[in-house]
Formats: sequence, structure tokens, C-alpha cells
Amino acid sequence: MTDRTPSEGADVCIVGAGPAGALAAHRLAEEGHDVVILEAGERFDFEDRQRRMERAIRPAHGPLSVWEMGGERDRFSSAGEWFYPLNAARVKGVGGTTLHWQGMVMRFHEEDFASWPIDYDDLRPYYAEAERALGVAGAADNPYAPPRDEPYPLPAFPPSYSDSIFAEACERLGVTMHSVPNARNSEGYDDRSACVGYGTCKPVCPSGAKYSADHHVEKAEESGVRVVTRAPVQRLEHDDAGERVTAAVYATPDGETHRQAAREFVLAAGGVEIPRLLLLSKSEEYPDGLANSSGAVGRYFMDHLFAGSGGTLDTETRQNHVGFITSECHQFYDDPTRGTEGSAGGVPEWSGEKEEPKPDSIKLEFLNYAGPSPVEMALTGEEFGDDLLDTLREGYGNSIAMGGLVGQRPRKENRITLDSSTTDDHGNPVPEIHWRVDARTKSSLRRANEIQHRILDELGVDVSWTVGPESTGPAFHHMGTTRMGSNSEESVVNAQLRTHDLANLSVASSSVFRTSGALNPTLTIAALSLKMADHVDERL
Amino acid sequence: MELTRRDALAALAAGGVAVGTGALLEGNPFADGRGASSTDAAPEERMASLLAVAEVVYPTELSGVEEFVRTYALGRVEERPDYREGMVEALDTLDEYSKSWFDDDFRALDAETRATLLDQMGVDTASPAPEGADADRVRYYLVNELLYALYSSPTGGKLVGIENPQGHPGGATSYQRGPREGGDSR
Ligand SMILES: Cc1cc2nc3c(=O)[nH]c(=O)nc-3n(C[C@H](O)[C@H](O)[C@H](O)COP(=O)(O)OP(=O)(O)OC[C@H]3O[C@@H](n4cnc5c(N)ncnc54)[C@H](O)[C@@H]3O)c2cc1C
Ligand code: SF4
Repeated sequence: MTDRTPSEGADVCIVGAGPAGALAAHRLAEEGHDVVILEAGERFDFEDRQRRMERAIRPAHGPLSVWEMGGERDRFSSAGEWFYPLNAARVKGVGGTTLHWQGMVMRFHEEDFASWPIDYDDLRPYYAEAERALGVAGAADNPYAPPRDEPYPLPAFPPSYSDSIFAEACERLGVTMHSVPNARNSEGYDDRSACVGYGTCKPVCPSGAKYSADHHVEKAEESGVRVVTRAPVQRLEHDDAGERVTAAVYATPDGETHRQAAREFVLAAGGVEIPRLLLLSKSEEYPDGLANSSGAVGRYFMDHLFAGSGGTLDTETRQNHVGFITSECHQFYDDPTRGTEGSAGGVPEWSGEKEEPKPDSIKLEFLNYAGPSPVEMALTGEEFGDDLLDTLREGYGNSIAMGGLVGQRPRKENRITLDSSTTDDHGNPVPEIHWRVDARTKSSLRRANEIQHRILDELGVDVSWTVGPESTGPAFHHMGTTRMGSNSEESVVNAQLRTHDLANLSVASSSVFRTSGALNPTLTIAALSLKMADHVDERL
Repeated sequence: MELTRRDALAALAAGGVAVGTGALLEGNPFADGRGASSTDAAPEERMASLLAVAEVVYPTELSGVEEFVRTYALGRVEERPDYREGMVEALDTLDEYSKSWFDDDFRALDAETRATLLDQMGVDTASPAPEGADADRVRYYLVNELLYALYSSPTGGKLVGIENPQGHPGGATSYQRGPREGGDSR
């Protein structure tokens, strides 16, 4: 039987086995500390990945079933103006949400750190380490990226054929395309295979070419870390003075409850469960939730939003061979209002009306998986035989599309609270998400669409869909809910990622981000986690 | 276009079955009755019924269907008795409908009548579900099973114009090639 009793004499207890927890655990174990990870979900057998891929492709199985998301354990409420589909946004298990993720990994730009208590240079060496840890394939061809000293650990994936179609139009418009840093092996790396083109990266890569954090959990275990699976932490306990956490109380499948003691505690349970756990851990000393003297726990919840548009061309575009993108554009990141100049005119400046807020950063993507996938079309079609084949041939072949992300500014009223009227499988109040998309975010989305339409028009695309201000959804990057800051009255953790209130409680997550930028968060999460581990190491 | 053994092995790999070369060739998935509760039809008849479904759902320009379906189906159920049971029951269900509407087993009907039967059962518009109603199970265990095998294989992909379809590990170079170099056979 699996032993789920607490570890004796642990130096560090980490809650969560996603990338933040796995990288910190590995590092601290390498420094010689005794580390235990408590992970709510199970360990997924690598051998089953192909079957999970089949689930992802075949329509009988809901998307949440691929990684067993949802159910009683994952109940939640969405109370904001916009519905938030939380269970599509995270995975519980060894590896966390990176089992499901896409794997695009960029460094934040220098300006993104403007209101943070640390700046780009503080993170710069950690970014390099994070890139090595994840095995990032990339090239230094992005003129808008922040400065870097070392090459990427792996060569970038060459651009796709459809990128070359875009390249001509972008050239005529003065729009710069460049490679995408991918946490995905372009060659064999760190005992994982090179990409073999299954094309189902999100939600599952059967070959292991796409990085997922179960890889570092394994490495951590080889360095001596103990991982207790199916052990959701119910609350944290502190000493009488309210200065130190003494134990993480966790439940096990046999109905038992255990207390894991440790000298240091790290919360790496993701941007929604971290504030929830703190709120669930309220005490006499912390009536509004543990580490919440500031009242900021759960507040300033931010996500990125998707903007995109696509249609068809009268030539073949060769989509859906792989499930990731090879070209993007950061030209409208630092100044999204700017226009461009090319031989065929350019992208006009932002067309904003006076009362519209100025747009924030935009990242643009050139998709390699536009339009229908023939196998998915066949499985949901209503014809068979030759008729079906005719329909597939008509439907597949000439789709093309662009995507992109915009961010949100921190707003107090966007937040995670507890909904006591609904409980999970352990009787705990579920997280309630209060989320809305404000006018500035809508401006950014509209601007992203404006640029995308200009490029697609230049290409001669018959545009058939646009996802913009009225029809978008979240990109599943949970940020801001335990923000960092030097002022303990308005932030939850300090620049070392330690809570202001408790001397041995740290947070490794995008929940500490002060602002969202418009770039996927996980490389920054990884870099912060390594930095946090160094500070924990110094204290031990 | 010809389906090959390589296609069947590729399709199997897409479903998580690792097949050693030479391990599977001419077997019948329903041969030893392992896990099959119903004894209505003989193993070879069941295989014939599955092929009869393939004849309706696969395009006519394909050849090599029999070996492909046999190899694929065998690999799929080899270590999954529950899955074999699901397929067997779906085949029996098909025969029940066939007998009551057309007085004969499904495999004995001509191709056009088979297509009509699937339509009348509502298999064309059914929501595939392993635990669902009759049409849903037929769609899941037979029709979609065969369509998944075909269209995630290199040859099935090529029929449509993509030599490296989703589910097939066809390498990371095909996405870089243009249509003329891409081996599009249309
Ligand atoms: C569809 C999708 C695509 C994405 N694509 C990208 C991308 O391209 N690039 C990018 O940068 N990011 C992407 N992301 C986001 C990325 O996956 C997350 O940023 C990242 O996984 C967060 O890491 P984490 O370790 O903080 O949290 P997670 O990976 O969510 O891990 C948290 C872990 O904590 C565990 N846990 C939670 N509560 C408890 C508890 N009470 N007790 C014990 N354990 C607990 C969970 O079970 C989970 O395993 C994507 C996300 C999704 C959903
Ligand atoms: S395309 Fe995606 S799913 Fe396929 S091997 Fe490459 S990374 Fe993995």
C-alpha cells in the first residue's frame, strides 16, 4: 500500500507538483534539503499517454476527461460578469497544468516589471536557468525581446510552410515575424525525445517532446524528494504567535487526515488554489485568511485573453501537421498603438475613439493548426464512405488563422473568494471566481483584431471568423491573487516571495505577478520559483 | 489508394498499442471468444460484419481494407477484453436491427442496404458513447473506431491531403513542406 503518512524531519513542505513546485523541490533537494511534496492529484502513467491522446481526438470523451479534471473534487462557482470555466484551465496531478499546456515560453519584457519590486535583471540569470530546465527551443531573432546573454539550449523549430505564406504579406506591411520559444524538443534533450509531430500537444503529447513538469518531479525524486500523491492540503496551521507555519494538514484517499510539519513551507498550488488555501486557513490571528493582513489575498485576479481571426485562402495552407506554432510577433507589445510602414502601406495606427482607453500590450501568433482537422471532422461527420471523403477534402486544406494574447490590469474587484454554499469532496467551500473584462482589455482586443484583419486582408484571406471583445475567453493563466510588493499593506509576498506575515511561508506561482503583461506566464513562474528556492535555501 | 500493414500499425500506435514488428498479421480479434458474452455469431462472422461496416464507412477508392481492419482490430482488443466485449455487443446490436428490418444479418446485406440501415438507426447523427444507446454504441465501437483508424493513419491522411494527420507521429518536417513537395496525391 502506498505510504501517505507524513515525513519525519522534513526541511521543506511544498504544496503542489506543477512546474513551480517541481522545480523548487528539485533545486532544494540538490542543495541537500529534505523535501516533501503534497500533491492533490494522482500520478499519470506515461504509458497511457497515447490512450489519452485518443481521448483528446475522439468526440465520445469530453475534453476534461483527458486528465480527469472536474467532478466533486474540482467544484467551483463563477460569480463574475463573465463566466470563468475553471476546470478547463488547470490539471491536478503530478506535472500539474503543464500536462495540458501548449508550451510557449517567453521572457517578460523589461517594461513588464515596471511596478514589481524586482526587475528584469534580477530574474535574468533565473530565466536562463529556467530555459535550460524546460529545454527551450528558440532563436535570438526577436528584435523586441529583452536582452539575453546566452543562446537557447535547443535550436528553434524552423518556420512552417504557412508561416512563409504570412511572411510575404507581413513584409509588405512592415510587420516583423520571428520565432517562438517553445518548451518542446527540437532535438532529443534531457532524456526526452525530439518532437515527432503527433499534433496534439494541447492537451497531450504522447512522445514526451513537449515539456511537462512530471519530468522535474521525477528528477526531484531521484534527488531524494518524497512525493505524496492524492493528498490535497486542507489548511495550514501556525504557531501561537502567528509568525510561523507549523504544519500542512492534508487528507488521503482512505479518509485519514495527517499533519506534515516542516521548517519551511512553499505554496505552489496554482493561482486559484493558493489564495483559496490561505482563505481556508483563517485563524484567530488571521480572521480574514492566513497571510492576509493586507486584504490582498485572492484579489487582483488577472488572466490573458485570446484574440484571433481566420478564414480561407485559395491555396493549400498545410495546417494541423503539428500542434504548436513556429512564428509570432512582439512588434505591438511595447507600443500597441503604433502603425507600421511597408511597401504596400502598413498597419494603420490605433483607430481609438476619444473615450476608449488606450490598448495595452499585444502578442500576435501565426497559427499552424487553423481550421478543421480531418480526423476530428470524420469522427463528428454525418456522412460515410465517399460522401464523407468528399466533405473532408472540401473542408480541409486552405484554412489559415492568426491568434494573439492581451492582458488585464490588476483590479481589486476581480478576485477569488470562498463560496460556502458549495463544498468539494472534503466539505471545503469551493473557490468562487469574480471576473470581468473591462474597457481597456476590450480596447486591446479590438486593436489586436484590427492588426490581424489588416494582415489577413493583405494576404487575401476570406475572413470567416473573429474572436474579439465580445466573444473571447481566458487563456487560463491565473495571475495576481497573492501579489508581491515591498509594501505589506497592499501585497501578500515580498520580493523574495515570502509572505509578509509568516516568516517561513513562500509562494511560487503566477499568483505573485503584479501585472499580467501579454506573454504566457510559465517561464516567468519557473524563473521565480528557482529564485524563491534560493531564498528558502539561504534561510535553512 | 492502398492501405498497408504500416498504416494499421500506425493507427494502433495512435491508440496506445505498441506492436512489435511481426507480432500481428492474420489473426481474428474475435477468435477465442475471450470476454465475449454473446455466442450468437461465430468469430469469422463477426470479423465479416466488421468488414461490412468498413465497406460502408470507408471510401471506395481504398484497397487493402481487409488486412488493415483485421490487423487494427486485433491489436485494439488484444489486451483489452472489455473493449472486445463492447465491439462484440455493438456488432450483435447491428445484427438485431438488421434481422428485424431486413430479415438477415448485417454482413449479408448489400452495401446500399447497410448504409440505409445505419442511417435509419441514426448512427450518422448519433453521439458516440461507449455506454450510450444502441446507435451511440455502434457509432463509438464500430464506425468511429474504423474512422479513427483510417484518418489518423498516413494513407487515410493522404486521401484528404495531409500526410501527417493528428494522431500520427509523422515527424517534424512535414509541416515545413509546401504543397508540391508535400506528397499530396490529389
Ligand atoms: C490549455 C492550457 C494551455 C496553456 N498554455 C500555456 C503556454 O503555452 N505557455 C505558458 O507559459 N503557460 C501555458 N498555460 C499555463 C500553464 O499551464 C501554467 O501557468 C502552469 O502550469 C502553472 O504552474 P504552477 O506550478 O503554478 O501550477 P499548476 O501547474 O496548476 O500546478 C499546481 C498543482 O498543485 C496541485 N494542488 C492544487 N491545490 C492543492 C492542494 N490544496 N493540495 C495539494 N496540491 C494542490 C494541483 O493538483 C497541481 O498539480 C496553459 C494552461 C492551459 C490550461
Ligand atoms: S507535435 Fe506536439 S504532441 Fe506531437 S510530438 Fe511534437 S510536441 Fe508532442
